[in-house]
Amino acid sequence: MKPRHKRAAIIAGGLAALSLAAFLVLNAFESNLVFFFSPSQVAAGEAPKNRTFRVGGMVKEGSVVRKDLTVSFIVTDTAQEMPVTYTGILPDLFREGKGVVAQGKLNNEGLFTASEVLAKHDENYMPPEAQHAVDEAQKTIKTLK
Amino acid sequence: MIPELGHFALILSLFVALALGILSLAGGQTGRRDWMALARPATQALWLLTAFAYGCLTYAFYTNDFSVVYVVQHSNSNLPAMYRIAGVWGGHEGSLLLWHFMLTTWMVAVSLFSRQLPDAMVSRVLGVLGLVAVGFLLFMLVTSNPFLRLTEVPANGRDLNPLLQDPGLVFHPPMLYMGYVGLAIPFAFAIAALLNGRLDAAWARWSRPWATTAWIFLTLGIALGSWWAYYELGWGGWWFWDPVENASFLPWLVSAALIHSLAVTEKRGLFRNWTIVLAITAFSLSLLGTFLVRSGVLTSVHAFATDPRRGVFILIFLCAVVGGSLTLFAMRASKVRSSGSFALLSRETFLLLNNVLLTTAAASVLLGTLYPLLVDALNLGKLSVGPPYFNAVFVPIMVPVLLFMVVGTYARWKSDGLADLVRKLGGAALLSLVLGCSLPLLAGPWSALAALGLSLALWIVLTSLQQIYRQLRDTAHWKNTPWSFWGMHIAHIGIAVSVVGVTMVKGYETEKDVRMGVGDTVAVGGYTFKLTGIREAMGPNYRADVGDVELSRDGQLLRLLHPEKRTYFSSTMPMTEAAIDTGLTRDVYVSLGERLQDGDHPAWAMRVYYKPFVSWIWGGSLLMALGGALAALDRRYRKKRASATSGAPIKGVAA
Repeated sequence: MKPRHKRAAIIAGGLAALSLAAFLVLNAFESNLVFFFSPSQVAAGEAPKNRTFRVGGMVKEGSVVRKDLTVSFIVTDTAQEMPVTYTGILPDLFREGKGVVAQGKLNNEGLFTASEVLAKHDENYMPPEAQHAVDEAQKTIKTLK
Repeated sequence: MIPELGHFALILSLFVALALGILSLAGGQTGRRDWMALARPATQALWLLTAFAYGCLTYAFYTNDFSVVYVVQHSNSNLPAMYRIAGVWGGHEGSLLLWHFMLTTWMVAVSLFSRQLPDAMVSRVLGVLGLVAVGFLLFMLVTSNPFLRLTEVPANGRDLNPLLQDPGLVFHPPMLYMGYVGLAIPFAFAIAALLNGRLDAAWARWSRPWATTAWIFLTLGIALGSWWAYYELGWGGWWFWDPVENASFLPWLVSAALIHSLAVTEKRGLFRNWTIVLAITAFSLSLLGTFLVRSGVLTSVHAFATDPRRGVFILIFLCAVVGGSLTLFAMRASKVRSSGSFALLSRETFLLLNNVLLTTAAASVLLGTLYPLLVDALNLGKLSVGPPYFNAVFVPIMVPVLLFMVVGTYARWKSDGLADLVRKLGGAALLSLVLGCSLPLLAGPWSALAALGLSLALWIVLTSLQQIYRQLRDTAHWKNTPWSFWGMHIAHIGIAVSVVGVTMVKGYETEKDVRMGVGDTVAVGGYTFKLTGIREAMGPNYRADVGDVELSRDGQLLRLLHPEKRTYFSSTMPMTEAAIDTGLTRDVYVSLGERLQDGDHPAWAMRVYYKPFVSWIWGGSLLMALGGALAALDRRYRKKRASATSGAPIKGVAA
């Protein structure tokens, strides 16, 4: 094989590998991006139905109700509230009045069923998304006043 | 007094590092002997000062000096001594100091084990590392001083995050940091070679053991982190594709490519540009990892309190390192053209192929890690990229890597014949395919993924063993086989062992979340768990609910497991301590959730797991590290004054 052909073969191989990777990446991106919505955005109907997304804010005081392994609680960004149910074991730092991020789907009745409640590992640590949701809601409240 | 001395030592070391960086580099470039002669003593002085500062902080922790802010934030007088010492790196400031201490330790190692290198080279390498040290010292002194004092001394500290109160803290961060920082050495060698304009086989030979050693530490650090997460986070996962995990995995992938590319540069003088780019990339990714972890842009286990100045500083530092080294590379790249050629079917091709695949894998992981940050920075909304993305992209790219890994060791340098390769490898290919496809039937329902994983693992093991057999058959005495040969095959087999672990866990693990009262039983994977009681117990700085769980199989009692739910005094934070019965072919795992019902018949949420072959994941990592160690300690790196050209290639020498 001539050096020129060989170089062409190597370049072709590289391009093929790259396009395969690009294909895999785009394909996986398409189905695996999980968007974040605050309770206010969900209330405004911005969240998708039947697609997984994340919601975050504070767990409303006194809203946690347990029945065996199923827990329901309300996530609030201080402006809007949103009911969430989850079946399974909650992370250690799940608390009323603390920040929370839940991942799951909205059903037709507007109830959010979480498949995952995200664990945070420091009691003073607020998940940035949850903080963001509360900050945005506060901003809106202030501008309305 | 002691903390001030530590602070003073840090300031002093900044000046030493500056002098080292400027004078040694200038000395190396101009050939001034008196400046070059400074490199080694300055490095050693830098190490002494850093070690002293590090000692001061450790002392402050050990003696519960709560006038130091950092100690207040991360320690408590009830904390056991082991965690008071390891607590030094339990937070941001101290882990930076540890980072810097390790950097200087690597530098001292270079200054001691570089007798066979020309003085100009040593002085350039140490100079570059000195400049890196300047960056980290400035970062520490300007944004994250661990020695800051309080005027009003609190009676006690806030305690170390309970999650970190585990032997994992003692080993995981130092190992990982050694790996991260160790990549500065091949980086410095690459920059020194670019400055010099000479990238020959000798240069590659000098960098190789350093790159391999850094890779060993990374391997161990990542494996320890994964194992720690598995047993301490309490919920049985061993890899989450968490951005911080990715931050350590990226340099691992690239440095794995680097050590193989260095082999080609040493043996054949090829891929020089590529090797340089990999060395620069690997270290840049270490810095990027620091940025991701320390800037607070991430939601993660590792994201502590945040300060935007820190992120900005690291970002500037990162840009300076990446920009500076790439500019230098662009200026010198034309000088370092590789000479020589190789046929399409040759060892070079296989090594190149896997290099490309490893970097592609790293790029796709990087994309998934950075994409949410990018979208957020552009105010396009908030989103996250979950594990399914990484699995969908990473696994298909790794399949050919595993396929070609050992083929590279069979193919000859320069050129080889297809028929010859097929003859050597055909048997192993057939056997691994047949066994790989039939073994899953023994484990449970047959699945294509399990068959694929096991076939690939068998393929690696069988071809490696066959290669070892051929080597032993063809050499007069087994002792003549170089260590690097053993190292290579042990590391490759280690990969196969880890692949078996991942395949089996992914394919056949079972998990159950259940509500259990005293006397209730639950079964997974043929094992039965019976909760016989829950009692209270006290630890040094916590109280715990301890479950008594009887583990049995086929009616036979195996052992008692004691999962705990701890509450630490200094914080209200509960901690789940899983109880694990570890075995060679399976782990069974139980952890205690929340109390669901009080009163006479209390009930608890419990999670039980059956995880086949999970310990193989980390066992394989140990083998990889062992193989790396053998390769790095090979006799030819220990030779005095190695000649500038590489010796005649020895048959079967590691690639």
